[in-house]
Amino acid sequence: MRYLPLTPTDRAAMLATIGAGSIDDLFVDVPEAARLDGPVHGLPNHASELAVERHMSALARKNLAAGDVPFFLGCGAYRHHVPASVDHIIQRGEFLTAYTPYQPEIAQGTLQVMFEFQTQVARLLGCDVANASMYDGSTACWEAITMARRVTRRGKAILSGGLHPHYVSVANTMAKFTGDRLVTSLPTFSPEPDTLDLIDQIDDDTSCVVVQYPDIFGRIEDMSALAEACHARKALLIAVVTEPVALGAIKSPGEMGADIVVGEGQSLGVGLQFGGPYVGLFACSEKLVRQMPGRLCGETKDAEGKRGFVLTLSTREQHIRREKATSNICTSSVLCALAMSAHMTLLGEAGLRRLAELNHVSASAAADRLAEIDGVELVTDRFFNEFTLKLSKEARPVVRALADKGILAGVSLGRLYPDAPELANGLVVAVTETTTGEDVETLASALEEALA
Amino acid sequence: MTINQSGWRPTTPQAGEAAGATSTGNRALMLEEPLIFEIGSTETTGVDFAEAPSGKSRLAGLDRSKPIGLPGLSEPEAVRHYTRLSRQNYAIDLGLFPLGSCTMKHNPRLNERMARLPGFADLHPLTPVDSCQGAFEVIHQLAHWLVTLTGMHSVAMSPKAGAHGELCGVLAIRAALDAKGEQARKVLLVPESAHGTNPATAAFAGFSVEDIPATEAGRVNLEALKARLGPDVAGVMITNPNTCGLFEPDMRAISDAVHAAGGFVYCDGANFNAIVGRVRPGDLGIDAMHINLHKTFSTPHGGGGPGSGPVVFSEALTPYAPLPFVEKQGDQFILVEEETAGEHHASSFGRMVAFHGQMGMFTRALTYILSHGADGLRQVAEDSVLNANYILRSMEDVLDAPFAKSGPCMHEAIFSDKGLPEGFSTIDIAKGLIDEGFHPMTVYFPLVVHGAMLVEPTETESKATLDQFIHAFRFVAEKAKGGDLAIKTAPHYAPRRRLDETLAARKPVLVYKEPERAQAAE
Repeated sequence: MRYLPLTPTDRAAMLATIGAGSIDDLFVDVPEAARLDGPVHGLPNHASELAVERHMSALARKNLAAGDVPFFLGCGAYRHHVPASVDHIIQRGEFLTAYTPYQPEIAQGTLQVMFEFQTQVARLLGCDVANASMYDGSTACWEAITMARRVTRRGKAILSGGLHPHYVSVANTMAKFTGDRLVTSLPTFSPEPDTLDLIDQIDDDTSCVVVQYPDIFGRIEDMSALAEACHARKALLIAVVTEPVALGAIKSPGEMGADIVVGEGQSLGVGLQFGGPYVGLFACSEKLVRQMPGRLCGETKDAEGKRGFVLTLSTREQHIRREKATSNICTSSVLCALAMSAHMTLLGEAGLRRLAELNHVSASAAADRLAEIDGVELVTDRFFNEFTLKLSKEARPVVRALADKGILAGVSLGRLYPDAPELANGLVVAVTETTTGEDVETLASALEEALA
Repeated sequence: MTINQSGWRPTTPQAGEAAGATSTGNRALMLEEPLIFEIGSTETTGVDFAEAPSGKSRLAGLDRSKPIGLPGLSEPEAVRHYTRLSRQNYAIDLGLFPLGSCTMKHNPRLNERMARLPGFADLHPLTPVDSCQGAFEVIHQLAHWLVTLTGMHSVAMSPKAGAHGELCGVLAIRAALDAKGEQARKVLLVPESAHGTNPATAAFAGFSVEDIPATEAGRVNLEALKARLGPDVAGVMITNPNTCGLFEPDMRAISDAVHAAGGFVYCDGANFNAIVGRVRPGDLGIDAMHINLHKTFSTPHGGGGPGSGPVVFSEALTPYAPLPFVEKQGDQFILVEEETAGEHHASSFGRMVAFHGQMGMFTRALTYILSHGADGLRQVAEDSVLNANYILRSMEDVLDAPFAKSGPCMHEAIFSDKGLPEGFSTIDIAKGLIDEGFHPMTVYFPLVVHGAMLVEPTETESKATLDQFIHAFRFVAEKAKGGDLAIKTAPHYAPRRRLDETLAARKPVLVYKEPERAQAAE
């Protein structure tokens, strides 16, 4: 077996050193009844690299890869071009096959990456500090809600209807067990997000308001007034960003007064990967840092006075605090954070701004083209690279029919909100720098045909 | 001017004075690397774009006009920056990484290649289900392997990491109890030797945590456990093999007692590597167990994630498992999520993550599992246990091995700091090992052993490597026992000397501030 170095001779010599007659002697603590006498039944035996590659490749070919067709899906996962060097960097064995940096003297590579990542994320989201990453955007969002509860000692969170429905669903699941009270609502086809409704609902029990920016329909709106309304009642404003590329073009939530900004970093460097692994972003103001969940890297000095980095403030964490920890989280998503950080480093501010502009202008042009079609209405005129169309018929069968023609037309709201028939005609379309004018034309013609 | 016609150059090295510090701070191949904020600029970029077409701006007046402060590097600079940083890391690719409980085994490169096939890597999670059947088939095949290898009833694939899997299992227990009207069962019994995530998870889910006493031999005290069971106990969280590297021989009896008292058994499966293919947790009466794909099934740790923590369930807990999951209906794979759960899975406790879980880890784990097969996985367990016992028996005359007398260990060997002279501790041995070119073992965990050193070699180490490690480990342990002060200040040869963690926590510097900004802030 190619991954097992021991030879039969080695095994015999080692058993002799140990003083055991056979390998079974090492499993004496396992009760007789629980011991299997051979390989588990009903499963195949080992296979060559070539055979496994054939098997997996056949499965991969059954999928419609984004790069092979005109592609317009978004809603929390975005397709951007990732520079070749990013994948090279994350495949360096010293990054790929390292563990959590518990021995900082021999983990400065990972630690410095974490420190750079924290700084990049904090600046991108417009906050003082950021952690070294969370599992993904949806779990980061829930952690932010529980953090707001700890900070404010209040139990009611108001979630915008524009928040990704999976994120809402995760929060609902967790709140069932923790006793947090969540106020949720469905989005509507209005050109603006539900900011005014949210402001109306804030009261003295409110720990936080959670808004997505751009929201699930792609809409953007200034959140300054909402931030003020939250702060007037001593509640926190949590902003959720699922498309960080947008922040190369539009103001950061931190600049507009958000106290905690969380997000999904997937769109920079990580790739689609059918939903995971992704990288959760978590940033906040400096005064809240000790209530923050997740790993944090901090600067310090070594015994010779040289600058170095260590994991820090771990007294918040489970391995020290056990049942009193701020969170049970043990892992972050460091390799994905490295991918995101390397992509941001390659872009730099100038590159990120150009990328964002290219996304926005392409999306704007696509929206104009699609809105010309009979039976298509553009829901909002304020968006970044994703917008919602209201079709003259149910969107889900349209998406299915277009997929059969080799066009991935967007995400139907019927898929995201199966229980809301009033949203069934909605189609969310994302356009990035990877979308060509030809792709848009192909979609437009197919949509014309489907709606005729 | 004379021409060096003979081509003479010095070819014989000379011994001489030791060198002082270099002007750069570099030491040949050991290169210092500044932060991107110190070497990059906001105008520099390593990515070229087509010109943006002209078009209408619809940014609602929200244009980001203020500087963001993100430095860029050209591609050659970026590649060099990260390559230099990478060389300051220890990694499995460089050598033995015997972190107990963490299972740092070789990460096969075929797994990486398969995860990067465009049909997996470039696939959107909301692709219409008929257009991503191959992805669902991967999830379904992996699920089948996990269920079969563990002898359990079902598996929830979506948890993002081990601790997330623990949460999944504990929430299923809560949901099952609530469904039976047993809201009063609020206590989870957790041994002191457990991973810190266990009590943290239990507390998060609203349980109170009580300790399970251990025996002298490092196992759960069955009689004491039985005495504590009652109508307020929701269940137990037990790690098996446990964090001392020992199998719980009474596991079946523990499960039976907990079930008889109306509770559920959660097993922390972090150490499944030791028993995969030799023992099925389902045969031990387990109700829920997470499997760290990044441990037992070799998906890379990546410097601290991403992980992946599928949870296998008994029949009793299956109805409460989270959404979504993949089901096969005829020839089609369907995704059971909020929409379809009503018909199939009404009691589910709900969704834990956006989308469907760590697909990139599923492709890697399935690749690894197919490579090993049922026979190879059994060999994995055997070799991991053999390697650990080899270290245990090669070290027990130098270091105190608290449980060595009670029999063999499983996949990891534990030692204590008993017998070290005053002023010397486990950390000194760990740091001494760094200078010898090895990553240290897990230290000061589990808490039940004083100054614990938990050594897990894994099955992917050769006997030659183990012999080198044992030689170095003995050498360093002898130095500590002999009171050699030089190891008190180790490591001497790593990129950094011991780092001041107290300073880092007292005045946290978590982000870079440009010197002028840092001054302005003071």
